[in-house]
Amino acid sequence: MRLELRGITKRYPGVVANDAVDLTVEPGEVHGLLGENGAGKSTLMNVLYGLTQPDEGSILVDGVEQHFADPGDAIAAGIGMVHQHFMLVPVFTVAENITLGMEPTDRFGRYDRRAANATVTELAERFGLPVDPDALVGDLPVGLQQRVEILKALARDARLLILDEPTAVLTPQEADGLFESIRGFQAAGRSVIFISHKLREHHEIADRITVLRRGRTIGTVDASTSEPQQLADMMVGRPVILTVDRAPARPGDVVLELDGVSVEAPDGRLLVDRVDLDVHAGEIVAIAGVEGNGQTPLVEALTGLRPVTAGTVTLAGRDVTGADRRTLLRGGVGHIPEDRNEHGLVGGFTIRDNLVLNLWDDERFAHGRTRRRDVIDEHATRMMDEFDVRAPSTTTTADALSGGNQQKVIVAREFARPIELLVAAQPTRGIDVGSIEYIHGRLVAKRDAGVGVLLVSSELDEVTALADRIAVMFRGHLVGPFPAPLAKEVIGLMMAGVDPAEAMAGEAA
Amino acid sequence: MSAPTDEMTSTPQRSTWSARVVATVTGADARLTALAFVAAFLFGAVLLAVSDADAIAALEAGEGPAAFLGAALSAVGRGYTALLVGAFGSGGAVSETLVAATVLILTGLAVTIPLRAGLFNIGGEGQVVAGGLAGGYVGFAVEGLPLLVHLPLALAAAMAGGALVGWIPGVLKARTGAHEVISTIMLNNTLTFVAIWLLTTSLFQIPGRSDPISRSILDTARLPRPFGGLRVDVGIVLAVIIAGVVLWLLDRSTVGFELGAVGSNPSAATAAGMDVAGATVRGMTFAGIAGGLAGGALILGVQGRITPGFSSGLGFDGITVALLGRGTVGGTVAAGLLLGALKAGGRAMQARSGTSLDLVVVVQALIIVFVAAPGLVRALFRVRSEGASGTQISQGWGA
Repeated sequence: MRLELRGITKRYPGVVANDAVDLTVEPGEVHGLLGENGAGKSTLMNVLYGLTQPDEGSILVDGVEQHFADPGDAIAAGIGMVHQHFMLVPVFTVAENITLGMEPTDRFGRYDRRAANATVTELAERFGLPVDPDALVGDLPVGLQQRVEILKALARDARLLILDEPTAVLTPQEADGLFESIRGFQAAGRSVIFISHKLREHHEIADRITVLRRGRTIGTVDASTSEPQQLADMMVGRPVILTVDRAPARPGDVVLELDGVSVEAPDGRLLVDRVDLDVHAGEIVAIAGVEGNGQTPLVEALTGLRPVTAGTVTLAGRDVTGADRRTLLRGGVGHIPEDRNEHGLVGGFTIRDNLVLNLWDDERFAHGRTRRRDVIDEHATRMMDEFDVRAPSTTTTADALSGGNQQKVIVAREFARPIELLVAAQPTRGIDVGSIEYIHGRLVAKRDAGVGVLLVSSELDEVTALADRIAVMFRGHLVGPFPAPLAKEVIGLMMAGVDPAEAMAGEAA
Repeated sequence: MSAPTDEMTSTPQRSTWSARVVATVTGADARLTALAFVAAFLFGAVLLAVSDADAIAALEAGEGPAAFLGAALSAVGRGYTALLVGAFGSGGAVSETLVAATVLILTGLAVTIPLRAGLFNIGGEGQVVAGGLAGGYVGFAVEGLPLLVHLPLALAAAMAGGALVGWIPGVLKARTGAHEVISTIMLNNTLTFVAIWLLTTSLFQIPGRSDPISRSILDTARLPRPFGGLRVDVGIVLAVIIAGVVLWLLDRSTVGFELGAVGSNPSAATAAGMDVAGATVRGMTFAGIAGGLAGGALILGVQGRITPGFSSGLGFDGITVALLGRGTVGGTVAAGLLLGALKAGGRAMQARSGTSLDLVVVVQALIIVFVAAPGLVRALFRVRSEGASGTQISQGWGA
């Protein structure tokens, strides 16, 4: 399919989300769409998929102008979309999900399982995407769920597939598998629009890349002839430093010591299994790993959000096992939570209130029980300036901010109070390159100021760019830490459960 | 590759039901709330028209639409004029409005305070009863104290009684997760029957009488009436002072900040080191204090003694007031005065133009319906919603 978007403009109250955007996707092309959060990628794809109507501009499929009133029209025209958040029914089987809305039925109008399974198996073989049609989707790992989503689009005869941030939920190995499938569609003459904010992936899979910034098309470049630096600069609109500049660490005393720490789920399952780990002042220790291998419960346990079921946690020489959240926060632990909207911010509160969220009754910000609103506002003005939070005022609510600015509010809050240990979980997830650059720089500065940093990240680039020592978590066990640098391939293998010795030997061979 | 399971990353989560209630109430557009009020009166006008005997007679006699309309309009005009005059037309009318508003403001605050913490207090009724019983008992049973000691003591007892009845569902929620809507409704019934029982015991009953009416409140515990013959008493001043305290509590104090954080995002509140369970208990206890004071003001004020069912419907009026006040303290006071006027005016209307007081009840119910269904008001008045955007499944602007 040849797809052409011409002069797409979409206005929302107060913003122009897409401003005369042009995009052409040739048959058999993988077209990368690159841009920061809020650059207009999602709006453009929503227009293309019929989820919203453009104010101006036209959509042409193979030269014929189309009007998509809803996703049904877009699907009929051969456009398929795999959303970042899967639209699957977890209690249905793979075949039921794929055929949902077009289920084969027998003479009596009942669902025909055999026919549905045959369709799915045929489709899976044709595109080289093997799945078990009878498996329940809820039981499948994320990578396979994504495959089901792709098959769902292909079952509706999609000739152009939109993949919205498809690698965000995958391990490096799973991502490789996805790229292979994408090359498969390409060979079959189908087109793909690939959305990601990871530059490396665009180079790996895309033929051409279109960069959007603030709702405008900045340009379309050939993937083979462009440099990551050039793309990053186009995306942000100024020169960006992609590598983190840092001196070797000068580790001091131990600030955090985990000794045989285990965490159990309320139902008794072991989520974290006897983890031992030291973090020294002035170093960054990273825990890499695919999400869901116990990093989240570990972080929650050592920051007081969840009970430690066995072992001891020592903070700067004090045993803090079982201490409550407030004691830990006031005792020198900073925490950048992995889900900023759930744990990090109160969305309906203003920036200035969020900046003192965990110091709300501190004597700096309250006289007795009366909040010192002038001091709080002054503090916010200073923090917003110092931490480059871009918002109209200190009274803007947090949920009106972009992900990057929200994250900066959290970083500002945690950095503005005296801390000895900083636990940063997925600190740059889903935020733009400019903010990533900024937050990475801040983390290194905090390390150099003598704070022990425990970084938990599923981004290999982030781990290798920042860590002085690297550990990997797999099914509740912690492997390592090993001194950096460590090859990404080795970390990737360990993330998949390969024994460290074997992983490193494999790399050396 | 292993299957990353969702349960491994699970975090303790509280229901977002409460957060949605808060958002619905506090997020309501001021204009839409005003229009809801207008819409309720328009519907009330229709009721006035079709229930008017002259208008119906005109219709049945086949005198044509003009005659019907004329009669209907005159009925609506008479009814609403009587309402207005009854609410504001004289010193006595204003006095009655303020008397009604006193209780409404306090029961409204009993809903507004816990709403900040994401709790929906349906228990105003029970809290009013508890306040009335406790305050009333101290009011007639404790003798020989001067007014300046006796009255504050009786008011404190009213607050304590309400606080206890608010505290119970708070603790049940914090400790066991029992939904406050269910437990407060049950407490309403419990307290109503406790009152009926207590009023037949020698503790409360007038010696030698068999009807369930309490002894009269002693003069030293009655709220003084500054304007001689008018029924309005210092209760309204008390209500406004309490509103001022609540304004500080919710909007200026660290306690209110905590309540707000807990109400709007309990996970983030926990992560900030706040005590979510404590805030839940505090929110409900404060609500009980306001509700209890409403009961105290009623018994120590206009009523002067405790009768069965003295609280009838007051707790629920408080919900209307809080909804209309959009969860803010200023709004609650304004809505309390407005509904107070409606109540006082409605009684006058019934007396003067023979229109049933039920009309006021219907209008009040319609206000709740319209506030709860902003889409209906928008459609009715063709108000465009702000920030309307198409369905957005993936993240877009503001995401």
